[in-house]
Amino acid sequence: MEAAAIEAPAGPVLWEETLPGGAHWSGVMRRGTALRFTDVEGGANVSALFWNFEEKSERYNMPDTLKAQHTAFLTRGHCGFSDMGRVLFSIVADTAGWHDTVCGVIDDAAMTERFGSKRFQEHRNAMHRSGREGLLKEMGRWGLGKRDLHANVNFFSKVTTDAEGNLSLQAPCAPGSYVDVRFDMDVLMAISAAPHPFAAQGGFHPKPVRLTAWRAGIAAADDYCRNFRGENQRAFANTSRYFAD
Amino acid sequence: MLKPSQLDPRNAVVDEICAAGEPWMGEIRKGQVFRILDLEGNQAVDTLFYNAHDPEERYSAVDTIQKQRNLYLGVGTQLVSTAGRTMLTIVADNCGRHDTLGGACAQESNTVRYAMDKRFMHACRDNFMSAIQHDHDHGMNKRDITHNINFFMNVPVTPQGGLTFEDGISAPGKYVEMRADMDVLCLISNCPQLNNPCNAYNPTPIRLLIWDEQTQRREG
Repeated sequence: MEAAAIEAPAGPVLWEETLPGGAHWSGVMRRGTALRFTDVEGGANVSALFWNFEEKSERYNMPDTLKAQHTAFLTRGHCGFSDMGRVLFSIVADTAGWHDTVCGVIDDAAMTERFGSKRFQEHRNAMHRSGREGLLKEMGRWGLGKRDLHANVNFFSKVTTDAEGNLSLQAPCAPGSYVDVRFDMDVLMAISAAPHPFAAQGGFHPKPVRLTAWRAGIAAADDYCRNFRGENQRAFANTSRYFAD
Repeated sequence: MLKPSQLDPRNAVVDEICAAGEPWMGEIRKGQVFRILDLEGNQAVDTLFYNAHDPEERYSAVDTIQKQRNLYLGVGTQLVSTAGRTMLTIVADNCGRHDTLGGACAQESNTVRYAMDKRFMHACRDNFMSAIQHDHDHGMNKRDITHNINFFMNVPVTPQGGLTFEDGISAPGKYVEMRADMDVLCLISNCPQLNNPCNAYNPTPIRLLIWDEQTQRREG
């Protein structure tokens, strides 16, 4: 596959880290920072959940995000809306083109059925880690539990439907594909680089993801995502009220 | 797929009307059959299910979609919990398609979707908030309000990934029936949305019926 063209982040890099395939991570992304997810080898999946760090009952809401933007997937221009009508994050750049948010996260049962089970005792850090368990472990660090595990985003996974609603996972992204996510509130994010729940049977080869953070600044008046639709403008207005901009 | 029910409303153990724009909460025991009836047509019924003994386990829209690899709900659909277990199975339906991507309306999302001054219109979220504030048996709070089913609602997704709220395909007398595979708590908001066609701009009452397992055997 041909590597995607890479544009440097538009600001000084704050930190960079590579998440091994199958591993999980969480952290607070302050308002105005941005994070690039890079699918280093091609074929990665990142299951991600988002909360308002200040009031964690406010969280990414898949239905509100999709219906307000009249879309069944996420790409550049789209925002991730919270259940409180505010913008948690915006997708400011995207070379992948389609990120799933309707299929949920892979759990232990599906992992075992698809890839068999590998535990630490025999396999050390090559053990199998499901997305659901990875997210729960990260969420536990912040006082969150099963009640807070809602519909997630699956970055780099394209899932399309036919006329009857049957879903299929499309070809993986090219190596070097990336998606840039700007955080429009102080956001607690939990991620897992476990495979998409529709990943094919057979070998278990979860792919690594590089995380690159930089300071992007809060969305300008002429910001592409803010002006992507009237709905986005109003959600940004709600967000500005919250921060007393 | 359409499949009519053989059950007679005269033998139901629960037979209640939920008025337009009102919440409803009730338990359905394992083996019982639960029918939601659209009395006047094109009425979205925002519905959540919980394990009656452990509400931390609840209906999961994404796990239901994942298990059946399909976006829409209909006869044969297993409604899957956050723990990957089947909570209920849809056993009869004369409507044909139900949604689980559209979520519930809220005052906040109405400001985003329509206009800032829509904040003060009644919305499903207020029904859910009211129900959990007055329910003292299950210890629920906002974190428990998850992505719901919209029975009788039509939200087609195109192969290109477009998503719209279309006119309903329901009509007076359309119903959906599901058999409980565990003891479940059901929380409904009979949707008051007036800003889109999900209720044909005219929210109307619904009828809720429950049959015992023995009655089903006799009539089936």
